Amino acid sequence: MYDVLVIGGGVTGCSIARELSRYRLKTAVAEREEDVCSGTSKANSGIVHAGFDAEPGSQKARMNVRGNRMMPQLARELDFAFRQNGSLVLCFDRKQLGQLQALKEKGEANGVEGLKLLNGEEARALEPKLSGAVEGALYAPTGGIVCPFGLTIAMAENAAVNGVEFLFETEVLEIRRIDAGYLVRTNTGEIEARAVVNAAGVYADALNNMVSERKYHITARRGQYCLLDKKAGTAADRTIFQMPTAMGKGVLVTPTVHGNLMLGPTAEDIPDKEDISTTSEGLETLQSKAALSVPDLPRNMTITSFAGLRAHEDGDDFILGEAEDAPGFFNALGIESPGLTSAPAIGEYLAGMVAEKLGAEKKEDFAGQRKGILNPQELTVEERNTLIRSNPAYGSIVCRCEMVTEGEIVDAIRRPVGARSLDGVKRRTRAGMGRCQAGFCTPRTIEILQRELGEPDLAVRKNRAGSELLTGKDKEELKEAGR
Amino acid sequence: MRTCDIVVIGGGPAGLAAAIAAREAGISEILVLERDRCLGGILNQCIHNGFGLHTFREELTGPEYAERFIRRAEELEIPCLLETMVMDITPGKVVTAMNREDGVFQIQAGAVILAMGCRERPRGALNIPGYRPAGIYSAGTAQRLVNIEGYMPGREVVILGSGDIGLIMARRMTLEGARVHAVAELMPYSGGLKRNIVQCLDDYGIPLKLSHTVVQIHGKERLTGVTLAKVGADRKPVPGTEEFIPCDTLLLSVGLIPENELSGEIGVEMNRITNGPSVNESLETSAEGVFACGNVLHVHDLVDYVSQEAALAGKNAARYVMGDWKEGLRIQLEGKGGVRYTVPSAVCPENMEDKLTVRFRVGDVYRDRQLCVYLDGERISRAKKRVMGPGEMESVILKKSDLLARPGLQKITVAVEEAE
Amino acid sequence: MEKKELICIGCPLGCSVTVELEGSEILAVTGNTCRRGEDYARKECTNPTRIVTSTVPVDGGEIPQVSVKTASDIPKNKIFACMAELKKIRVKAPVRIGDVVLANAAGSGVDVIATKDVLGR
Repeated sequence: MYDVLVIGGGVTGCSIARELSRYRLKTAVAEREEDVCSGTSKANSGIVHAGFDAEPGSQKARMNVRGNRMMPQLARELDFAFRQNGSLVLCFDRKQLGQLQALKEKGEANGVEGLKLLNGEEARALEPKLSGAVEGALYAPTGGIVCPFGLTIAMAENAAVNGVEFLFETEVLEIRRIDAGYLVRTNTGEIEARAVVNAAGVYADALNNMVSERKYHITARRGQYCLLDKKAGTAADRTIFQMPTAMGKGVLVTPTVHGNLMLGPTAEDIPDKEDISTTSEGLETLQSKAALSVPDLPRNMTITSFAGLRAHEDGDDFILGEAEDAPGFFNALGIESPGLTSAPAIGEYLAGMVAEKLGAEKKEDFAGQRKGILNPQELTVEERNTLIRSNPAYGSIVCRCEMVTEGEIVDAIRRPVGARSLDGVKRRTRAGMGRCQAGFCTPRTIEILQRELGEPDLAVRKNRAGSELLTGKDKEELKEAGR
Repeated sequence: MRTCDIVVIGGGPAGLAAAIAAREAGISEILVLERDRCLGGILNQCIHNGFGLHTFREELTGPEYAERFIRRAEELEIPCLLETMVMDITPGKVVTAMNREDGVFQIQAGAVILAMGCRERPRGALNIPGYRPAGIYSAGTAQRLVNIEGYMPGREVVILGSGDIGLIMARRMTLEGARVHAVAELMPYSGGLKRNIVQCLDDYGIPLKLSHTVVQIHGKERLTGVTLAKVGADRKPVPGTEEFIPCDTLLLSVGLIPENELSGEIGVEMNRITNGPSVNESLETSAEGVFACGNVLHVHDLVDYVSQEAALAGKNAARYVMGDWKEGLRIQLEGKGGVRYTVPSAVCPENMEDKLTVRFRVGDVYRDRQLCVYLDGERISRAKKRVMGPGEMESVILKKSDLLARPGLQKITVAVEEAE
Repeated sequence: MEKKELICIGCPLGCSVTVELEGSEILAVTGNTCRRGEDYARKECTNPTRIVTSTVPVDGGEIPQVSVKTASDIPKNKIFACMAELKKIRVKAPVRIGDVVLANAAGSGVDVIATKDVLGR
């Protein structure tokens, strides 16, 4: 029997779990995949939005601005990559300058600080590679970028250190009210909890609808992205948006915290909540739209493309709080952009509600600091050599593109909520995320996973069950008599 | 700081041949830095035969070819550091490297020979749409898994790209028990050697689908299939020609990219066609005393040519270190009429040997043409060619005497022309 | 009379060679541009052979596998039989280049030999 079961180990669920771990509560996170940050959280823009898009008074506006303000401090506490690089919303049409002004006013109503309108010249002075067609821009100095993996994993690890259990490959099939709270039936068995927090991304509607008569409906809105080589990372220093439309914030061009350049996303409503495939039309569209902002994009430096799903609720706002007709069942539903930015605020808000409901008190021994995987590239030569002497694995480069050592990979596997798969290693260390896209390091990383996980050699996976990387030993399938 | 006359970056076929030539030219202080666990580079996983016909007049496998150079390097007592990653090289030729035993260390080199080889183009560079399941490997990654580690990356295979590694892997996967359903090639001709098409595909009845590409990747966890489509003259898929092929593995052999991240840090001038450094007759880059050879310079199809080229780089680096070096005018070399690039791209006749091999690739398939060399406007040689294609490297020979006989020479041109 | 179309693999030229056969007797070879083309075509039509390369596991070696090859070319139709025999082979380190790992592969009279040194751990 848990006090709280959080369903979903994305950025929202992990943030809620970490905030809950401040209280004297027995908390678990049930995650369908083999790792945290495997759904909507793994494929998004990685933007810490300033908060001028959302309608004043909405949950999106409140959580965005609060989350934005929490982020710098959280990045220090939890040691994840974050940079306040500022953002620009571009306007290409003089007639729309009024809309830009309206956006600024909306931001100010939301409490966003430092917003400034620029003319085309001023915008290009800030970002020299911007299109000559830019007539004006809204500059938001509080805009930032974050590594979505870094943020989510940091919160999960810190939650785990503070006592939260993570139940992976645990998919919720049914939720029933019982006297003590809820009985949650999963593919791995039944779980009882006094309270349930629904942070199930694109499936949050289905979970809510199992226990509440207030039905919600989430549309999966797909966004496709292209990631470019670090050599292209200098095309923009700030995050470059275009004027928002009904479908979202449009196609952006942004550096990532690790120095790559990212283009995207598209916005397509799709019926299949598992469809994270890219399409040639989508990739074509986003590249040409991105080129409106920055015309000289080195498209041939694309190293990978991917797609993610936004959880868009019909009411167009975050649904946060206890379901009216299901006491103890809390929703974090419809968490689409600016969900990543809002996650810290949503965690704080919902955990507070849950704790109050359960009458839980704060722990005295909550350990709020977390140290990330050591990045030897940030050390001095002397420090690095001391490290290598104490652990020679830090002297062995596995991923040559991102210069990731064996020491970092082993750490990623062994630490709390550690990596169990190739993608898990990649998201924690960046091994395989560089320009060769894991061509060289895959065999080495497989070898390290085999050794560290102690599972059968062929069990090493890319991510979830069924994504095994190897199918057998040489000659195993050769017929004895030849063919 | 430790010093060393010549530091060779990479212990594959290029690095070894360069180090051996430098030693044979009389350099005592040489150090080879190799990032893998053993010398020989990519040859270790190229277990097929077909290497060394030019160099040794016999047909060797990759490991055997490598072994001859490794043994020679051992005989010459050339020090090699394994599992050692070069992290940085400054324009002043300070090499920073790292390994488990020595940690991070620096060496002031008299000359540097870049021999880092190349990497494979990944899927992302092609923007193939679809899911991102397990089962998509570059051909070289699969080659390493099968030939070095002993693991099969899949059972039912489609290969995109008919580069040599793709062709070789079609045969390797088949021999080891997998079924290869097709090799799709975007271009109307193969990027690989003809002998490989015959011996690796035809022998096993594997269809080579020219002017085809993968337009969709299916499968969420593990690959379940790919959709192939014909492409038109614009290399864009032709609607209505899509064909679904069930498979659990897609191998990509869609091009090789010289690994020039370190060259970039030294600031050497790069050639936009080869993606390697621009070099002169001595295979010296725009950074003085920094030489390049092998696949880091331009992608080769035969290792024999790598060895020849690397030996030249080694010898010249030795001359540079010993001060046997002349400053002279640089004559530009250029390719015309289908010659996409030349290596070298500039020549100083004073530093040249009696004969210099100029290597290049052509941009299309040409039949019954002639290959001409012009010194400024004057044609000095003409060779008939029955067939030339982008998959096979071509060469012409320049004579030092021809160049020295023409003081004031501005430009050397290599051109493909209609046969006379 | 039967006609066979071949691509000569003697050199990079890759000539298309036509062989006219009567049973197993070669009547004519055309399309080749040199002597090697004819030799290749004759052999390919009467007794096509290939070198087979593979790997076998090494017990106690510094690396898990050793690369191997048939010491000379074997008939094409024995390639899979050779592979099937190799499937049963494991060797113990150390292995030296040229060591026989499988004698008389698939009855071809040709041995399979190691193409790499693999030392013990």
